[in-house]
Amino acid sequence: MPSNAFLLEERIPAGCHHALLLKRGYALRLTDLSGDGNVGLLAFNADERSERYNMADTLKAQHTHKLALGNVLYSDMGRPLLSIMGDSFGWHDTICGTTNAAMIEATYGLNDFQLARNSYYRNGRDGFLMELGRWGLGRRDLVPNANFFSTVTVDDEGNIGLSESSYQPGAWVELRAELNVLVILSTAPHPLREGPAYPEGEIEAGVFWAGEVPASDLCRTACGENQRGFENAEAWFALPDGGPKA
Amino acid sequence: MSTLLRQETIRAGDPFMARINAGQRVRLVDTEGNEAVDTFFFNAEDPRERYSAVDTVRRQRNVYLTTGTELVSNEDRTLLTIVDDTCGRHDTLGGACASESNTVRYAHDRKFMHSCRDNFLLALLNWNEDFSKRDLGPNINFFMNVPLSADGGLRFADGISGPGKYVELVAHMDVLILISNCPQLNNPCSGFNPTPVEFLLWDA
Repeated sequence: MPSNAFLLEERIPAGCHHALLLKRGYALRLTDLSGDGNVGLLAFNADERSERYNMADTLKAQHTHKLALGNVLYSDMGRPLLSIMGDSFGWHDTICGTTNAAMIEATYGLNDFQLARNSYYRNGRDGFLMELGRWGLGRRDLVPNANFFSTVTVDDEGNIGLSESSYQPGAWVELRAELNVLVILSTAPHPLREGPAYPEGEIEAGVFWAGEVPASDLCRTACGENQRGFENAEAWFALPDGGPKA
Repeated sequence: MSTLLRQETIRAGDPFMARINAGQRVRLVDTEGNEAVDTFFFNAEDPRERYSAVDTVRRQRNVYLTTGTELVSNEDRTLLTIVDDTCGRHDTLGGACASESNTVRYAHDRKFMHSCRDNFLLALLNWNEDFSKRDLGPNINFFMNVPLSADGGLRFADGISGPGKYVELVAHMDVLILISNCPQLNNPCSGFNPTPVEFLLWDA
């Protein structure tokens, strides 16, 4: 996807929050320009915002705890919100959530607005809330987020760790909307990232038209579960405005 | 000497909700073995504060729950601590079953089977109508075995629990406990045979 074909484009500095309405068939390409980035993501059905990304349903439907090419992000209502139609990175975290102010201060030191003006160290929890609040949502809607561009591995005893392979300058991922999706992003550092330097890189967020999903689509055909999930998404649109198409 | 305040059997497939005050001790008994007990917690005074699976995993740097695990809220505070566990390991990433996820995981015709989401919503709305689906998040599955693999996999495996195994927790603040005694018949989480569980509450 060449970046000059983006219909919308934004560069999000590390630590900040952002939202966009991604209608069905459009895709969001996120690029970690510095390699040190993390993109926390929440997703809601824009037409019924009590329907939202559900970490547990996403994991168990696809027998995975990582997100990668071919996976979808399921809502709690059995429908894919976003499909990973392209991915140079390979293993995005789902199980660590985000940071709060105390965690950021403990890892990076105190650097608030009074001290640092707009280069202050922001945290994911507050960023998500500030963005959710703009859309009439709140603390109840702050569910476990996905973390793009951060790889978290699990050993046989269940111990987790942030992998060094998370550092991939230029890594990108493409997320196609299967419903009309409100995407909420936080570029605050991953909760397992170590200090003392707060990340500085930018995330490029570009939107393009991905088009109709073919029957042979990689995400749709990845497993029987996803076939049924896509059927559930189609059922959501089964009653179009103005009656059925001829 | 602690006093038993309450003892109840939660029948197979039933919801349950109760208040547990700070310092009180609760025990859940897997009476017949291999019964998934889907469990969630709220701060009783501010239910917007609730159990958070990812904060629990992140703080202890481990995905499995057992003795010593602090159950952490979305405000990064400890709700309860697991103080005894004769099963050895519990899941918090598999979530609860629902009609909708059953259609995805198994078949469209499984939609009308009973589910933990139905139990959760019924118990919450009977408790207080201010609750809604928005108040739910990934829960704990006591006695359920969901191993994660080093290559990124996750599966629902045969249980490691057995008859009479139990888990015990002490509350750090006044909490509400929300339970669905899991009615799932499509995977081994309840041994394809849901059975009753026992709830016991002591003052200390």
